[in-house]
Amino acid sequence: MSGTDTTTTAGTATRAEYCVLACAEAWRDAGEILASPMGTVPMIGARLAKLTFSPDLLLTDGEARLIADVPAIGAAPRVVEGWLPYRQHLALVTTGRRHVMMGASQIDRYGNQNISCIGDWAQPKRQLLGVRGAPVNTLNNPTSYWIPKHSTRVFVERVDMVCGVGHDRAAAAGPSASRYHRLSDVISDLGVFDFETPERTMRLRSLHPGVTVEEVVAATGFALTVPDDVPYTREPTAEELRLIREEIDPKGLRDREVPS
Amino acid sequence: MSRDKTMTPEEVVGRLGSGMTIGIGGWGSRRKPMALVRALLRSDLTDLTVVSYGGPDVGLLAAAGKIRKLVTAFTTLDSIPLEPHFVAARQRGAFELVELDEAMVMWGLTAAVHRLPFMPIRAGLASDVMTVNPSLRTITSPYADREELVAVPALRLDAALVHLNRADTHGNGQYLGPDPYFDDLFCEAADAAYVSCERIVETPELLKDTGPQSLLLKRAFVDGVVETPNGAHFTSCAPDYDRDEAFQRAYVKAARDPEAWREFTARFLSGDEDAYQAAVAAFHEEEA
Repeated sequence: MSGTDTTTTAGTATRAEYCVLACAEAWRDAGEILASPMGTVPMIGARLAKLTFSPDLLLTDGEARLIADVPAIGAAPRVVEGWLPYRQHLALVTTGRRHVMMGASQIDRYGNQNISCIGDWAQPKRQLLGVRGAPVNTLNNPTSYWIPKHSTRVFVERVDMVCGVGHDRAAAAGPSASRYHRLSDVISDLGVFDFETPERTMRLRSLHPGVTVEEVVAATGFALTVPDDVPYTREPTAEELRLIREEIDPKGLRDREVPS
Repeated sequence: MSRDKTMTPEEVVGRLGSGMTIGIGGWGSRRKPMALVRALLRSDLTDLTVVSYGGPDVGLLAAAGKIRKLVTAFTTLDSIPLEPHFVAARQRGAFELVELDEAMVMWGLTAAVHRLPFMPIRAGLASDVMTVNPSLRTITSPYADREELVAVPALRLDAALVHLNRADTHGNGQYLGPDPYFDDLFCEAADAAYVSCERIVETPELLKDTGPQSLLLKRAFVDGVVETPNGAHFTSCAPDYDRDEAFQRAYVKAARDPEAWREFTARFLSGDEDAYQAAVAAFHEEEA
């Protein structure tokens, strides 16, 4: 829990705010490392973590600057504390002192992720971004995923192109691939997932309040591990809600990514 | 006194040949040497291998059928995630793709700069980058760790095209924005490097307002300097100008429809660089 504020807020948070909170939790106890959120909700989450339980986090302005303050989304930082151009960013990844939260056009039960293309790679049905830094990220620093719209199109049995490396592929490729490989959380608009099973496959860790196990299972295209008792994603404190609504995202951009 | 290397965009293109491997600096829709790319579009050069952290440079060259092979980790317009011409070209199988991780491209260029055949790195292992590039090899560490790593091959270039904020006539190039990207690596990995810039200044003026670490390119690695004001348009060239988002949106809209693209090409890409810049100014007058 954050600080000393234990005011209950049960029932007052929106789905987007549970998502923000779940994303923030991915950076709890991360220490003095770079948080690299991709997407609006993860960006709000990283800033919430820094303002509450993970004050040592490093954040960027989305370009080459490390920012010392925590401005609202879209606002300019008042204080710059460091320089992180792309070449240093790619080098920092390999030090491991970074936890990235990437998106995924497809993800499978072992956490293999695809952002490159849909269909046959040689001539794809739908070309997307390309592999970007997913291979270097997943082999070197802790990686989480944010999926704003949980569906069987995203949570698939097999991804069409492995960009971010999952547990089965890392294990099969040998010790150099698995040495620093660490998949942490998968957060969607329906719940939070991890890989805490004997086979390192995806498990439902918590449901966002208002979501049922049946909904999650129906929106997932592979056999998901569902424990007997699934908790709800924790409630935000009153202070956390205030920070999200007034300090970090006063324009309500989170609702565009996760409509209520 | 060292040589004057100033030239026109057309003279740069005159030094290039069909079938060459050309590296293009910048990143996504940021500080791309667009005036030089536009000159390439006007040429009859073809069959190019392009190495780029791709943006509209890749999109335009792909739309014009100039690319035989593309080496990249992504192609994007940043504020608009998908580059429409790149997407369309891939979906019709228009060119061969060497899809590498972002770090692999950096280390491939670095190997080329250092005149090494490869660099050993972890990135790529276990991913489908290894599957779609069957020529990639791994190497086992000769030390006690015996780690098996990817041997990223050197990305040697016939020519590099980059855009900076300032340069002198001798090829000393300066960036004034927050990120050098990989422009120095592109130039040093190339047999010939051509730098366009917002403004050519006298050498003593380069360091009038800023420190020597802004001098990214050394003249020993630069063969031609071109002054092309607004030459990165519509990509960003901080602090001289930001990305032209309105124009980029118009570009994307046109690129999604063949008829609209023909109109866009006729309006913006049928003349020389001066004509392009005049058409862009007229576009903004209409928008205002």
